[in-house]
Amino acid sequence: MDYCYIGIDLGSTTTKAVFLDEQERVLGRGITNSRSNYELACQVAREEAEINARFGLLRKKLEASPRIGALAEPLMAVLSCNYALAQHLEQLKALRAECHGLAAAHGFEAGETGRINQALGRIFDALDQQAQADFFPGSAAASDFFRDLATSHYLKQAEQVTRELPVSFDRLVGLFDAAIIRVENHSFAGLYRQYLEFATGRASADERFAPFAAEIGAAVTDTAERRFNVLNTVGTGYGRLTLPFAREQIRSEILCHGLGAHYMFPQTRTVLDIGGQDTKAIQVDEHGIVTGFQMNDRCAAGCGRYLGYIADEMNIGVHELGPLALQSTKPVKINSTCTVFAGAELRELMSLGQKREDILAGLHRAIILRAMSLLARSGGVQPEFTFTGGVARNQAVTRALEDLVFENYGRMKINISADSIFTGAVGGALFAKRDPKGVMADLEIKKLNTCGGAPAGQPAPCAA
Amino acid sequence: MSIRAIVERCEDLYHDLDLGYVRDWKARHGAKAIGFMPVYVPRELIHAAGMLPVGIMGGADEVEIIRGDAYYQSYICHIPRSTIELGLAGKLACLDGMLFPAICDVIRNLSGMWQIMFPDRYVRYVDFPQSWVPAAYDFYRAELREMLHDLERLSGIEATTERLNRSIALYNDNRRALTELYDLRAEQPHRVPTSELYLLLRAGNVLEVSEHTALLQDYLGAARGTERPLRDNIRVVASGLFCEQPPLSMVRAMENSGCYIVDDDWVLGARYQHSETPQSHDPIRAIADSYMQDTVQTATRYVDDGHNGDYLVQQVRSRGAEGVIFAAASFCDPALLDRPMGARALTDAGIPYTAFTYSENTGQIQVIKEQAGTFADSIKLWGSV
Amino acid sequence: MNTEVQKEQSMVIQKKMLGEHYEKLARARKDGKKVVYTFVPGNLNELILAFDMLPVHPEVNALQSGMRKLSGDYIQEAEKLGHSEDVCTYVKCDIGMLKKGNLGPTGEPLPEPDLLLLSYTGCFTFMKWFELLKQEYNCPMVMLQVPYQGDGRITPSMREYTARQLREVLVPVLEQVSGKKLDEARLAELLASSARAEDDLVYVWESGKHRPSPIDGYFGGVYYIGPIFTAFRGVPGCEAYYRALRQEVDFRIAHGMGPTTPEGELRQQKYRVVVEGPPNWTSFREFWKIFYDEGVVMVASTYTKVGGLYDKGFRHDPQDPFNTLAEYCLGCYTNRNLPARVDLIEQYIRDYDADGFLFNSIKSCNSFSAGQLMMLRELEKRTGKAGAFIESDLVDPRYFSAANIKNRLESYFQMLEAKRLAA
Repeated sequence: MDYCYIGIDLGSTTTKAVFLDEQERVLGRGITNSRSNYELACQVAREEAEINARFGLLRKKLEASPRIGALAEPLMAVLSCNYALAQHLEQLKALRAECHGLAAAHGFEAGETGRINQALGRIFDALDQQAQADFFPGSAAASDFFRDLATSHYLKQAEQVTRELPVSFDRLVGLFDAAIIRVENHSFAGLYRQYLEFATGRASADERFAPFAAEIGAAVTDTAERRFNVLNTVGTGYGRLTLPFAREQIRSEILCHGLGAHYMFPQTRTVLDIGGQDTKAIQVDEHGIVTGFQMNDRCAAGCGRYLGYIADEMNIGVHELGPLALQSTKPVKINSTCTVFAGAELRELMSLGQKREDILAGLHRAIILRAMSLLARSGGVQPEFTFTGGVARNQAVTRALEDLVFENYGRMKINISADSIFTGAVGGALFAKRDPKGVMADLEIKKLNTCGGAPAGQPAPCAA
Repeated sequence: MSIRAIVERCEDLYHDLDLGYVRDWKARHGAKAIGFMPVYVPRELIHAAGMLPVGIMGGADEVEIIRGDAYYQSYICHIPRSTIELGLAGKLACLDGMLFPAICDVIRNLSGMWQIMFPDRYVRYVDFPQSWVPAAYDFYRAELREMLHDLERLSGIEATTERLNRSIALYNDNRRALTELYDLRAEQPHRVPTSELYLLLRAGNVLEVSEHTALLQDYLGAARGTERPLRDNIRVVASGLFCEQPPLSMVRAMENSGCYIVDDDWVLGARYQHSETPQSHDPIRAIADSYMQDTVQTATRYVDDGHNGDYLVQQVRSRGAEGVIFAAASFCDPALLDRPMGARALTDAGIPYTAFTYSENTGQIQVIKEQAGTFADSIKLWGSV
Repeated sequence: MNTEVQKEQSMVIQKKMLGEHYEKLARARKDGKKVVYTFVPGNLNELILAFDMLPVHPEVNALQSGMRKLSGDYIQEAEKLGHSEDVCTYVKCDIGMLKKGNLGPTGEPLPEPDLLLLSYTGCFTFMKWFELLKQEYNCPMVMLQVPYQGDGRITPSMREYTARQLREVLVPVLEQVSGKKLDEARLAELLASSARAEDDLVYVWESGKHRPSPIDGYFGGVYYIGPIFTAFRGVPGCEAYYRALRQEVDFRIAHGMGPTTPEGELRQQKYRVVVEGPPNWTSFREFWKIFYDEGVVMVASTYTKVGGLYDKGFRHDPQDPFNTLAEYCLGCYTNRNLPARVDLIEQYIRDYDADGFLFNSIKSCNSFSAGQLMMLRELEKRTGKAGAFIESDLVDPRYFSAANIKNRLESYFQMLEAKRLAA
């Protein structure tokens, strides 16, 4: 039996979960896109974290094995990508069924329904095929959210298909938009054994691992049956108040971020977190206890969402913004990070003949200028300085931050963890363990539309 | 000096946020300098006490704001942000004191913030009468005397009646030159581009008064002789820009949009009174009387008869303008609270107007240009909006 | 939230006083009474009553419109008429209300003013507000300019200027509008009564120093200031109200009781907090609830001093009517400079043994808000305690984000808790 503590960070764009063991070591991390159904987002993130924890245990077991220890690395890669593939295929199956179902329910005239079904068939066949190509060890697809991956492929295929069949593109998109929401509101967690079996089968078929099939199978079965005894769960993040958590099981994201940053970098004194909806500047003491904080005021200028607007306006992906900005040689000076006016300002600069990369470099600096003001408001930047949040992955942002911290506070190393997006969830899990009231209770998340998994009302597969 | 040389000189001063001129002046004269915020302060007193009055009008679009934003919520105008940024960056360190005139709650409170930030520096909130009764005259004279006393102590120079009268005379000269400049622009707007006039005005914030007057006279001489094409522009009065000043790019955009600006209220303090302050044995009384009796009407000055906006209408008529552009700094309480009254007076008088807000660091010049341009076009086409 | 709201006896008394006042206003024309529109900070209630005139306070109308959920429409009405989104919503609410018939809380139209008495204390917007009203009403307007304490002190020249305006300008205008000579004995009598009520009010404020605090000096406080900040300072009913209030407080002290919230007594007092800034009126209850749900009691506040800073010693003096009124106006909270405001809050934090302090930064009110972030830093430096900072507005429902405010405050209270546990 593995005892564990869970932290869940319900953010505006993503929901994160972290499992900690009794020694406060991270067992597993899970992330999913936040959605209209907050409870389900929570549940999915937690299940992802649980699977991640199982994979972690499995890796340890395999590494320790004298026979297959040397192969553990490639084997784990094959197992996890095939696990993700199985999961993806299952969701595609559900999505296909929802699309057909919605088409039937809509009451198009008979001929059209037929054509739509035909088109859907072609699209989803192509998507299934595409999936086999997308998921391979080390591929990016495995870390993408189902919604994002499915959307981009579906749109591409729909465009293709409408060129060949007399079906309206908009109609296909409409069906998809309705169906994806329904699929997202399902939990597929009960199928994790099935996914594991699929992955194990694929691995065993690989000639490198075939000789050890029996041992691999046993290890997989063993970890699949491991039981996690959840001692306490703490929820945090923007959406925490929407959850039916007990009062003691909710901690503000400020406290969680402070403690999480302290966990990742124990010398941390100042934390900057730039999330989708807000920016936080936090001061912590040597124990990770928050001593002061400031959040952006009502105006959302300079938050992650702002970069989203800019990306939309430039018609590129958010992740492309940073690399493009780094190519700039002559950043444009930008004074306003007002989200409302972002579009107008951008168009004006473009019309004046400014290069995209130079505008973007200026915008990234402008965002960090706002953050610098917030830091100043909260009491300045003390070493060590830790930067967290989704935006921390954008290198143009970190570059601008380094520059401005240097200009205002002198040379300073900036801590950025690869797992920085989990900072709040880690903090939550730590609070779960430190719960002063000694409440030992797992979070009761209602089961919603669970298909094929544990019976409703019963804690998800991880619970004892 | 050629127009180009004069404009370049002014432009250098405009961009010099480090106040190089002020530091040089102080070194050359072994004297001190006193900063002041918009709209109006009686600069004669500073001058008579042997110091250089320096108008501080924010940082336009030239300063990156960090600490300024740290101290202000998003719903407060921009000028105090850049002023704090300049102050904390040490760029105003050459100012031996700072005056904050009573124009609005934000600038008023900035005086207290300055006291907290710079406890060793001389800071004074300059209260003005908003009532035009005998007690107010006495109050204002007492205020001026107290301030003059402070200034004398700061400079170590006694502002004798003689010195005060001399300063009054120099500022009279300066106002006369400015009046001439404004009159010339109104008569022949193509000879005095507003961007040049604006730069000349801004130069007056730092230059010692006689140097500024000389520069204005040089410009007037040169401008009268220039041949610049007269465009088919409409004639407008710009109103509401008395405190947070527009960036130069916005001034240019306004005039390139098809508008001749024939009157405005930027750097209003330099042109606050209509006629000259007389020389007298009691110069403080003379300065106070000028303030009480003989000034422009603006949003920061109390109007007790309900005739707010009449002055604006008069301005339009006397300058032969065809319309008004209300341009106020975002979140500027006095300008924005005043605007409906101005608009009402204009409507009653059948004068068209348009309105927008800006901030000193606005990057959206194109939008402003389009709005002003549309206004100009509609007046040209239909004579109204 | 309970629909059955808990009320104290003093609240019942106050409600009755207000009801009678609005009735008088509704009958003013019939009764031949003259009506004076004037502002709360630096108000001259005794002087107005000495002339037997009835005061109307536009800010109070606006806040009541806010509490009755009417302000949103009024503000939009004013914005339609060309008033900027950026400016004070009290002004816009008032203009909008005027344009929609000027209905008071009783549903009857408020009488038009016979005089606009502009007491210009602590806020420039007051001046623009009455300039705007002057365009609507054909009545005289008179200014009482109260100089600002730029250096944190009242100089003789300020006092003289204010007192002289009272004598030389206001009294003649009031005499003319009311058609009565100033009755100095009556004025002295009113001022003496004010001082007695002020004594009791100060007793109530200072009771916040007890543990548990028997009062909420902010949410409860806005009720406590009701009579003395408005039409009642100087009348016997006002004295009676404060005596009753004081007795209630004494009762609670004797029984170790906390203040009354809309959901009953606040029993568990986990944190004691000092507040700077006016409250939000459109979501007043919801705002208050965030605090009492967390066991937070507001032991002192600055907003409750905008109409007089009595706890620092000032009392109206019947012996010296004009100087005392001048002193009163000059001493109101927002007429003090920023360093003096910081000093006062610091004193409150220490004297009331607060765990923390809160700034409710109001978009409409630059007089309060401009510079608050510096005040916050300064107070954190001086007291070693962390402050909380939230934003809302007086009566603009668009500018109250409950989720946002709750999020911040929860973080703040949890931080106080974590600090306490770590200590």
